[in-house]
Amino acid sequence: MSIALRDTIKDTVRHHLTKENGLAMGQCLTAVGWVGGTLPELYEEDGMVELSMADVAGGGFAVGAALAGRRPMYVIRYQGFNWFNAPMIINYAAKSKEIWGVPCPMMVRSIAMEGGIGPVAGSSHHALYYRMPGVKIVSPMTPYEYANMYLEFMDSDDVLYVSEHRGAYGNTEELPNIDYDIPDIVLFPISITRFAAVEAAKELEKEGYRVAVHHIVNIKPFQPSESDRNALMRARHGIVLDDDYVDGIAKSLAFDLCKGTASEMHVMGLKDKSAGFYPQVDNLPPSKDEIIAKIKEILK
Amino acid sequence: MEQNYKRETFKRASLCRNFENETYKQIQNKKLKLPVYLSAGQEYIAASIAQYVEELNILPDIFIQHRGHSTYLSFGGDPVGLVKELLGKKDGCANGMGGSASIQCREKQIYGHDGLMGSHVPISTGMCYGNKKLTLCFTGDAAGEEDYSLTAIGWASTKNLPIWYIVEDNNLSILTEKKVRRNWELQDVAQSMNVSASGLPDDPLMIWNFIESHNMEKPMLLNVATNRLFWHAGAGIDDPHTFDRHKIYIDKFGTDIVKEAEQRVKEAWSKCLSH
Repeated sequence: MSIALRDTIKDTVRHHLTKENGLAMGQCLTAVGWVGGTLPELYEEDGMVELSMADVAGGGFAVGAALAGRRPMYVIRYQGFNWFNAPMIINYAAKSKEIWGVPCPMMVRSIAMEGGIGPVAGSSHHALYYRMPGVKIVSPMTPYEYANMYLEFMDSDDVLYVSEHRGAYGNTEELPNIDYDIPDIVLFPISITRFAAVEAAKELEKEGYRVAVHHIVNIKPFQPSESDRNALMRARHGIVLDDDYVDGIAKSLAFDLCKGTASEMHVMGLKDKSAGFYPQVDNLPPSKDEIIAKIKEILK
Repeated sequence: MEQNYKRETFKRASLCRNFENETYKQIQNKKLKLPVYLSAGQEYIAASIAQYVEELNILPDIFIQHRGHSTYLSFGGDPVGLVKELLGKKDGCANGMGGSASIQCREKQIYGHDGLMGSHVPISTGMCYGNKKLTLCFTGDAAGEEDYSLTAIGWASTKNLPIWYIVEDNNLSILTEKKVRRNWELQDVAQSMNVSASGLPDDPLMIWNFIESHNMEKPMLLNVATNRLFWHAGAGIDDPHTFDRHKIYIDKFGTDIVKEAEQRVKEAWSKCLSH
């Protein structure tokens, strides 16, 4: 039987708390739903720590627990809440090793969702961390990617921002790259846009387009592979797709991919506008149809 | 025992005062060009608590902010490492990156500060939660106003953590007095959160007595009124008539201890400036 991403996350958290003396910290963890079913039914005596509702201080508590060697998984239920939660994580935990030689390893489980939840709670906000030194950013969307990410976290002493998306919690499939000998265009999707990118590629294949998809899991540091570069050099066109605003990570990664490949790079992501609560005023990541339209416009 | 405690506290405070006086001169001599936050006038707080903790043979985790030279020195931080840090050397106590405001001492479990005022209050609270060891958080009357500082005190109370918040209350944020900024006291807020708390002058014996009456396994907040003798940053004097407890202690214990501290400080500076 296939295992969904949410179950992998739940098992990972259970292992962390019961086998590694780790902590999970956050607000309303043990409430109805257990954070989208990603937490095991454990309590404070097991290391599942309910914090007060003070977001700024909560980030500081997690940083302190990291200094104590507890490798906290700090759960932020909506990525936009990082506007309050991030200050001490990125200004203390992320800098501690470089300034003082004192590692402060912690994992920020930052969760995105969208659709009718307004200007703060919607979408991914990993770009908030991206510009700061000392942070690694990863966005696993599959069970294997999540399990692998955890092993790497436990082998390192870094601050790791894990950009999760509720839309992927039910996913049971791995997402391999889609390649062609000579693609027409290469998509480099991040987070939830990976699913729409794959759908778009499959649909366009029926029309004769060869749309390669190279998934981005490790956002920072971002090191394009030889395969990424070769595909781009053959296609000459690429799009970076993000679930965050395009004026951030998407354009930065597009720049990295453009270097040395002489490719024309494009970006798609959240539009430069505030999201309202109703469908007609929402601000959503690029859909399959929008990606298809963009590809056709580029290739016409 | 009372006399011995006072004398030992005086020794620590003398080291701090001489260090700051010498640093003051080095700033004036342009040997130090970056912002330096001198703690002269406030040293009896850290000295008193360091002496108390040492007599209990406890090695707590300690968190400090800017103006932390006296805390670093009182708890046994190496003066040479501090001088090197002020000079920006790689073998300074914060690897030549922290400057005056972000010093640390790993051997004495003194943790550096990131520059966000009061951030160390929740961070120290989180560390105390993580290891349940005695934790000392030295903060200021301005940093204590940060919303996250207040929340941290509340969470320490909720979780019943063995953490002491020591507020070095010099009544000033740069030069803005406390009465301009607020009409409440930190010890009252802490008490309302069921934290053992008091407001005291920087009298070592009063500090000792309060701490001794406190259950060490629970959180505590001590708001200690003190005086900053020098400018907020750099070498200068705002008010030459500011009360100085050190003068009282010199009258009481004489100058031998002061001279000994002065010699130690001069040697530290000399050693660093000659390389």
